[in-house]
Amino acid sequence: MGIRVLSPGLATSVQDLGRPGYYHLGIPISGGMDRFSLRAANLLVGNDEGAAVLEAVFLGPELEFTQDATVAVTGADLPPKLDGEPRETWAAFAVKAGQVLSFDFLKSGARAYIAISGGIDTPPALGSRSTYTLGALGGHEGRNLMAGDALPLGQASGGAAEGRSVPAKLRRAPGTPAELRVLTGLYWHRITEDSGRNFFEDTWKVAPEADRIGYRFRGGQPLSFVDRVPPFGAGSDPSNIVDSCYPYGSIQVPGGTEPIILHRDAVSGGGYFMLGTVIAADMDLIGQLQPNTPTKFVSVDMAAALSARHDRAGLMQEVRNALS
Amino acid sequence: MKTRYSFGGDEHIFVEVDEEMSLDAFFKSLSITNAVRESQIKGVTEICPANASYQIKYDPDVIAPDDLLAELKSLEAAAEKSESIIDTRIIEVPVFYNDPWTHETLMRFRERHQDPDSTDLEYAARINKFTSVDEFIAAHSGAPWFVTMVGFVSGLPFMYQMAERTHQIEVPKYLRPRTDTPKLTVGYGGCFACIYSVRGAGGYQMFGITPMPIFDPKQEISYLRDFMVFFRPGDIVKFKPIDRPAYDAAVADVEADKFAPRIREFTFSLKEHHSDIDGYNKKIGEVLHGN
Repeated sequence: MGIRVLSPGLATSVQDLGRPGYYHLGIPISGGMDRFSLRAANLLVGNDEGAAVLEAVFLGPELEFTQDATVAVTGADLPPKLDGEPRETWAAFAVKAGQVLSFDFLKSGARAYIAISGGIDTPPALGSRSTYTLGALGGHEGRNLMAGDALPLGQASGGAAEGRSVPAKLRRAPGTPAELRVLTGLYWHRITEDSGRNFFEDTWKVAPEADRIGYRFRGGQPLSFVDRVPPFGAGSDPSNIVDSCYPYGSIQVPGGTEPIILHRDAVSGGGYFMLGTVIAADMDLIGQLQPNTPTKFVSVDMAAALSARHDRAGLMQEVRNALS
Repeated sequence: MKTRYSFGGDEHIFVEVDEEMSLDAFFKSLSITNAVRESQIKGVTEICPANASYQIKYDPDVIAPDDLLAELKSLEAAAEKSESIIDTRIIEVPVFYNDPWTHETLMRFRERHQDPDSTDLEYAARINKFTSVDEFIAAHSGAPWFVTMVGFVSGLPFMYQMAERTHQIEVPKYLRPRTDTPKLTVGYGGCFACIYSVRGAGGYQMFGITPMPIFDPKQEISYLRDFMVFFRPGDIVKFKPIDRPAYDAAVADVEADKFAPRIREFTFSLKEHHSDIDGYNKKIGEVLHGN
């Protein structure tokens, strides 16, 4: 008993906080791209913060409930409807067995988190219910949802309280342009000083190739590289390196043209130079960027990265306090 | 070799052991990452050795970035004194070179290739100055390979041939990556061989296919029941050329769950390998095919 998928949306998947510990084997952490929203959705329905939820991108699914439950939708502004009646985002609401949850068109953001009391109870794989489609691992049969799928729910804690909501001041959405803070490093020395300056001065746009593996950007000037004799094993293109690991959030620029930021389903390594890494505090924001969103990269140092991290943790704590 | 340390945002430390690939750089990366694992530093969540570099993911709320950096530097100093001896395994991987499935795929993506008029094997043989594809295959399946990194996607091994640099095979990647690669394709890019663990996009040249599954998320295949990923960094691989009947037989064995890879335990010494590469590689072959 739980929910039945009437229509799956565009790419709806089961996600929790991910499966750390296997990146050295090419299995990425996966999990919600916007973890702040995922945690908040769970808290609203009385779940553990890390319970499995549905992550819907751009287009919501249509779900029929086969049992009573409490539901909350956070993240993108993807307005929920219950049997056609509008419901609020960032708020808990009751659903009765037999009712259908559907969604209106996306107003802002990119990914909505649908938490259901008890959590999605698909079998964990390597300690997590997160879906990693490239490896056919976790979630519902290792893939995005399809019409006709039935998903089981776990035992609800009983702590759900309908009508509770996350105060608007505690919600966070990307600005215009979106600003992503970057700690330069890794192979930053491979590009010229001018290129480094341009990278931060230019306004980029999210490309259509933007998914859970990575977000691609267009519109800035191509980067010029510092001359070199290619190191053995690196390859002849100036953007090549001897294949190495890729940090989550790292920014690679194949051929010096289109930056790609790796996200939670990252390829764990490869042969392209990276000029730096988006700080952890801003990773959630990337998951809410739509294609064509103007984006600026902002250079910060480690102290600023840690301070942003601290602020982010503080905001999460305020959400916990508000919902306790 | 000159080690370079860099922060990858606030949650990673990236360490380039050497700018260029060598067995020495790989061994240094492997011994440092082994030392990091053994030292059980609080806050470290991922330890990823790569070909000539490594990466640590950590929680900066538990250990300050500069403190972890200092720990890694001290482990590097210790690793430099280590003997470069590892207990590992030698694995025989059967390869059906020039198979119909990678051939069909490479023909489909010919316009993305440097040389649209030849196959990936013909191209690789020519630019590496072999007189024939057969001679190229003999070299590819001759000297054994080290698994120097596992990654990109689930369980995909990068392999570096245990040969003099002058005998290393080098090929560029496709001009533009393919959108399709058959599962278990034996590929090549730069100085690395790989085996595609899953079907998907890829830019490496395609030489053949193995019947031996190396990733099984369902954990149904006997030798992947304990863990879904077969390879680990430090494994030694020897390719064995097989023909179509042998390939079909192996696939049938895999389906009947009767396929068992040939694996032998082995203690590898980098110093001994350096002093007599051909002799040492021969010894690896003898261990593999002895009792």
